[in-house]
Amino acid sequence: MLTAILVLSALATVFGLLLGFAAVFFKVEGDPLVEKIDKLLPQTQCGQCGFAGCRPYAQAMANGEAEINQCPPGGEPTIQALADLLGVQPKPLNPENGAEKPTMVAVIDENNCIGCTLCIQACPVDAILGAAKHMHTIIASECTGCELCLPPCPVDCIDMVPVAVPIEQWQWPVPQGLDAIPVVVKPFEARA
Amino acid sequence: MKLFSFFGGIKVPSYKESTCDLPSQRAPIPSRLILPLHQHIGSSAEVVVQPGEKVLKGQLIARATEYVSATLHAPTSGTVVSIDDQVVPHPSGMRAPCIVIEPDFQDTWAPRETHGQDFRTMAPSALRNLIREAGIVGLGGAGFPTYVKLNPGPGKLIDTLIINGAECEPYITCDDRLMQERPHDIIEGVKIIRHAVQAKNCIIAIEDNKPQAIAALQQALAEQNISDISIAIVPTRYPAGGEKQLIYTVTGLEVPANGLPLHVGVLCQNVATAAAVYYAVNRGEPLVSRYVTITGDVAQPRNLQVLIGTLVEDLVEFCGGNLRNSQRIIMGGPMMGFALHDSQVPIIKTSNCIIVDAGNVAVLPPRDRTMPCIRCGSCVEVCPVKLLPQQMYWLSKAEEFDKVQNYNLFDCIECGCCDYVCPSNIPLVQVYRFAKGQIWKRERDKQKADQARERHDFRQSRLEREKAEKEAKRLSKAAIDAVKNQTAPAAETPSAPNDGGDVKQAAILAALERAKAKKNQQQYQPRNTDNLTSEQQQAIVEADQRRAKIKAVTDPVNSSENSQE
Repeated sequence: MLTAILVLSALATVFGLLLGFAAVFFKVEGDPLVEKIDKLLPQTQCGQCGFAGCRPYAQAMANGEAEINQCPPGGEPTIQALADLLGVQPKPLNPENGAEKPTMVAVIDENNCIGCTLCIQACPVDAILGAAKHMHTIIASECTGCELCLPPCPVDCIDMVPVAVPIEQWQWPVPQGLDAIPVVVKPFEARA
Repeated sequence: MKLFSFFGGIKVPSYKESTCDLPSQRAPIPSRLILPLHQHIGSSAEVVVQPGEKVLKGQLIARATEYVSATLHAPTSGTVVSIDDQVVPHPSGMRAPCIVIEPDFQDTWAPRETHGQDFRTMAPSALRNLIREAGIVGLGGAGFPTYVKLNPGPGKLIDTLIINGAECEPYITCDDRLMQERPHDIIEGVKIIRHAVQAKNCIIAIEDNKPQAIAALQQALAEQNISDISIAIVPTRYPAGGEKQLIYTVTGLEVPANGLPLHVGVLCQNVATAAAVYYAVNRGEPLVSRYVTITGDVAQPRNLQVLIGTLVEDLVEFCGGNLRNSQRIIMGGPMMGFALHDSQVPIIKTSNCIIVDAGNVAVLPPRDRTMPCIRCGSCVEVCPVKLLPQQMYWLSKAEEFDKVQNYNLFDCIECGCCDYVCPSNIPLVQVYRFAKGQIWKRERDKQKADQARERHDFRQSRLEREKAEKEAKRLSKAAIDAVKNQTAPAAETPSAPNDGGDVKQAAILAALERAKAKKNQQQYQPRNTDNLTSEQQQAIVEADQRRAKIKAVTDPVNSSENSQE
């Protein structure tokens, strides 16, 4: 009886200590699920999902407060990837959040820019270069096409243009006619 | 010599008879040459000429920019007309930067620098530099810069040099003709390449459907009494000329997935590349022309020696014209080539064949009758890389790009064997190309997203830092003010009204007092009026009087006020 109590309490102490150490040394920083979701998002930081950037949206999805179909820049592939990760059914993009469109890049009409710096403050990725009363310009390679610089511009001198695909990035289209399964639909009477 | 048999592959009718026995001809200098800056694997070349500049044949017009890149030379003498975007031979039919030259029909060579020494006495690095400066790339079709391949890197040895004269694709005979017409040039080039990589063995591999080419090379070797270069006669089976397939056939070594022939101690070079190396090293001639097969639905199909940059249209015209005005012109072979969108595109360094297809190119299956996959497995039996084409097809079609990579999609050499045998006429290779393109695109998007995330995070932390700094500044200022407010009234202005207890008011008064005192001090003690002589004093008084006078004239109101004071 006494032996059993001693052995059990010794085991309890040992495992308790082990768990205690594990909790300290193998502590996971932050929520890994948020990280995983954030990795799948396109990082446009456009806020079309209704959150203040991709990470807050990822956080909301992890907490179950947001749907997976609120990201127009990510579109179909992102929804599919999120559905796979979170183990839920994929659903079509919510039209309230916007429509899927080709990748765009912002261009400042430098003749009309008055150097107000409002767009610089709006850009979520610091992709606009310029200073007060000096012409601004967009660093095209860093622009995510989020369109957040458009509303603050007092002179409407920013345009969104589709990104030109260089010849090295050209892709073979999916071949035509692959889904042409020749199904012959017979009239109902003929079957009988 | 013991040969090995690679897995899969197909027997295709060769259709080479129409051109392989006809001597090649020199194509006339055209009225316009278009030279794309990107004709090779690697980064684009950088233009070093100006529009309007006169250039000589073989003059450098664009230089290599990075390690994997190739130079470009004027194919004939003439004038640079423009440097702009032109349609290039590419499956997309898109435009890319090109140099356009209008020949003067003199064909004057620029001074050719021959180093005047035997290549055997030269260091491999010096030979590589000569080859780099001559702009030589793999002429078999891939266009990888040759000098990069000749540099195995420290600690890696090339055991066997294989010269690829297999030319396994139907219709193409340009390497065949080159071997028949210039066997000595090829052998000299082989010797140079062999010296550059210090290879122990050297094998020229030719398919057994080219007896004349084999005979020509054997005779050339016999004439020079060369016994350490052997000729391997490989069975005709497509794709025997594929690099990895040829290496296996000749040596029995398998190049690992994602590996290079270098990893099994083998270097593979095309026969035409070997000849180009000879011209570059011995004659100082850069790569400005090549053999091209013009075949299919033309009056006189034949091989031509073509200046790089000649338009396909001019060549077809020279061979008797496009007989039935076919819209479909294929660059490369029927198995791996692509249809051109425009006949006004130039021949580039890697173009080996032009097929005018009037719908009678028998090799290609009809594409308009694609049927569903019946899972017959014929494609699996012919895949020379031992992939599972059928699985890759289903997964690519379903856009399951992660899974398709598990089936080693990127080991696919796009040889087209699976296409050829497919009873349902499914364009399998195009499906794989589509999948590869999508995977690359996603990889690029991911990189861009990572970059954007990093910048966004940095911006967030910057904004927070700025906010914190502002807050800290505000707090410290408030603290200083508080201290001042308590000490200032007591120390500096004892006469200030303390009875009201209004500390703020007192501080303002004290500050005003201080400012007044300071002002008075400055007003009555100008620093530069100490220790003046009497003349200087006199001059100052006179100047003051003059100033008062002028002031009275120009500003009577103020001056009257002043006088009243």
